[in-house]
Amino acid sequence: MESDEIYRRLNDVFSSVFDNPMVISPELTADEVEGWDSLRHVRLILTVERAFGIKFSAYEVNKLRNVGQLAKLIQDKVGAKV
Amino acid sequence: MNSGIDAVGLRLYQSLCWLPRPPGDFAARCRVALTTEAESGKQLQSLASHALDENDLHRLAQLITQAQASGRSLLPLVPFRLGILSNATTSFVIPALIASAARHGIAVECVSCAYGQVVQEALSADSEINRRQLDAVLIAVDYRGYPLTSTVGDIAAAGESVERALAQLHTVRSAISANNRTLCIVQNLALPAENLFGNLDEVVPGTLRSLIQEFNRAIAQSIAGSKDVLFDVAGLASTVGLAEWHSPDQWNLAKLPFSSTYLPLYGEHVARILAALRGKSRRCLITDLDNTLWGGVIGDDGLEGILLAQGDATGEAYLSLQRYLLMLRQRGVVLAVSSKNTDAIARLPFRKHPEMLLREEHFAVFQANWNDKASNIKAISDELELGLDAMVLLDDNPAERALVRELLPQVAVPELPDDPAFYARVLNAAGYFEAVTFSGEDLKRADYYQDNARRLNLQKQFTDVEEYLASLKMVISFQPFDETGRARITQLINKSNQFNLTTKRYTEPEVAAAEADPDCFTLQVRVADVFGDNGMISVVMCRKSAKDIWEIDTWLMSCRVIGRRVENSVLGEILDHAKRAGIRKLVGKHVPTERNQVVLQHYEKLGFQRVASQSDGTTVWELDVNAAHVNPAPAIVQRSGFEVTEAAKA
Repeated sequence: MESDEIYRRLNDVFSSVFDNPMVISPELTADEVEGWDSLRHVRLILTVERAFGIKFSAYEVNKLRNVGQLAKLIQDKVGAKV
Repeated sequence: MNSGIDAVGLRLYQSLCWLPRPPGDFAARCRVALTTEAESGKQLQSLASHALDENDLHRLAQLITQAQASGRSLLPLVPFRLGILSNATTSFVIPALIASAARHGIAVECVSCAYGQVVQEALSADSEINRRQLDAVLIAVDYRGYPLTSTVGDIAAAGESVERALAQLHTVRSAISANNRTLCIVQNLALPAENLFGNLDEVVPGTLRSLIQEFNRAIAQSIAGSKDVLFDVAGLASTVGLAEWHSPDQWNLAKLPFSSTYLPLYGEHVARILAALRGKSRRCLITDLDNTLWGGVIGDDGLEGILLAQGDATGEAYLSLQRYLLMLRQRGVVLAVSSKNTDAIARLPFRKHPEMLLREEHFAVFQANWNDKASNIKAISDELELGLDAMVLLDDNPAERALVRELLPQVAVPELPDDPAFYARVLNAAGYFEAVTFSGEDLKRADYYQDNARRLNLQKQFTDVEEYLASLKMVISFQPFDETGRARITQLINKSNQFNLTTKRYTEPEVAAAEADPDCFTLQVRVADVFGDNGMISVVMCRKSAKDIWEIDTWLMSCRVIGRRVENSVLGEILDHAKRAGIRKLVGKHVPTERNQVVLQHYEKLGFQRVASQSDGTTVWELDVNAAHVNPAPAIVQRSGFEVTEAAKA
């Protein structure tokens, strides 16, 4: 899957989870978004898993520092699925 | 995204496939839903009536919580304050539950306990759970929250382990009952997906699997005869598959007690129990005929052409739906037919097809004509004297379904998959007929309504109402509340919506308390007639509000006996007892709801004087006990259980 496609779908996921139309960038971190607390984070991760048909381990989730790393991880997993 | 229906065999439950998919602009609709004050409750219910995923549910729940916090009226949604005790994270469950409850006409406010503080919260009188006046407490504890330790091969230790777990649950239930005087919704335990030996787990005592099964059986036994109700999570989890239900990664990540994919299903199932407790379960199933009860169109294909036979895969699919409808009828669900057909042709399969399981006698109303379905459903609702919100329409035609949903949003209309093999399962999964009690009277309910429809037919032949009423040869029996009647009294108090003056709901313990209260006069009324025994049809509670005043706290009656002046006879009975108790004045109230317009003039008709009208539409009425005059129904009156027993012919 192309990176653009991943970001396009991630926009939908973020908009749905944060209940607000959002356009995200690779540098975006949790601290910069209002309401991105630990519960929201769990919902975000679960929604991403469902949207892309993939699973993350707790180790992978804990290592994530920004949206760019999330997109990269998705790309690796979706690629590996093919 | 595919709809649940496309993949019906696979994700039928998870996707709530009986509900229509949410509109594409669901989020936008949520954003504008509360911009106007009017009809907030209706709007929220309509938004909730879709197959929502976790994020949609979360969004809607926020909306509901905001509306509640702002003090906005959410009528016709009925408020319900629910406590939740859990050994897991409730942050995900609560929004799912709040939004799903709106689907069932209930505005839930949740009070949850601190994480892992189940027993402490229940026991301590000043905990958050016990300080609030709750309508019920959900004990959402899974197997990780009980001291069930695997003691492989040791029968005695296994028994002790189950006893310890039961004692913990018992402590919580009794504490809630004592501190909060409310009922518990008790979850049983989903088995973990993992075993120890494999097949042998079922055989060897003390494996976690056998402990849990024993525990679950004991819970079920302890529920029967108690005021608490069971939430069969074990059944739900095994229906969708244990490996699907349990998600070890999500438990580790966020202490989610089950996979987040099932949050919508879980919320829906809790909501059904709350709805059943509030008398909001459906009672009547209206079914279409062509391509719903049989394959093909009887008017076109004829008796020989319709698909309905053993040995034919499609025919068997329709037969299994018929079999399911028969079972529903047996447990008290009223069946009706609404079909666009010529009457004589529509009845043909019922009369002539050798493989039909359903027969005309199973239906309270058989309606085959060319009117639109919405008008027809209204007519059925009138004929049966059951509200539209008690109705379910089963119809294979998406256009008819959409029309009825649009015009009569109160009627539940399940989506149906293309393959009729799944009709029965989808209807079952939709859970419209959830019940929290089952009494012998339920078994006879379908017959009652049928008799009632026959009564209406009979009524048409009489021009003189007196003559008609006399021909019914009614026997009215009066008794105070007692232990035998208690379950049915509670059921009526929580189910009656139309002929109900105050629509106050009481739990079984509250009914028992009224029974024992010397300042509370109670009445349970039964009516029999030429058509059979109607069972208990009316309940009255009067509370002494001053030395010589009774305030009528509750007065309800089954719609089955409306229009027979039974209520006049009931008033006569109340007056008799009032006089003997030295009461001089009766005070009655009509508290309007969406469904009790039928009793708007109840007190006026009975000769009460209106003394006040409140801003919420409530009217207050008074009657001078010694000056009152009643015109009772022509009936034989029987009394028992009162201190003075007598039999008189009124």
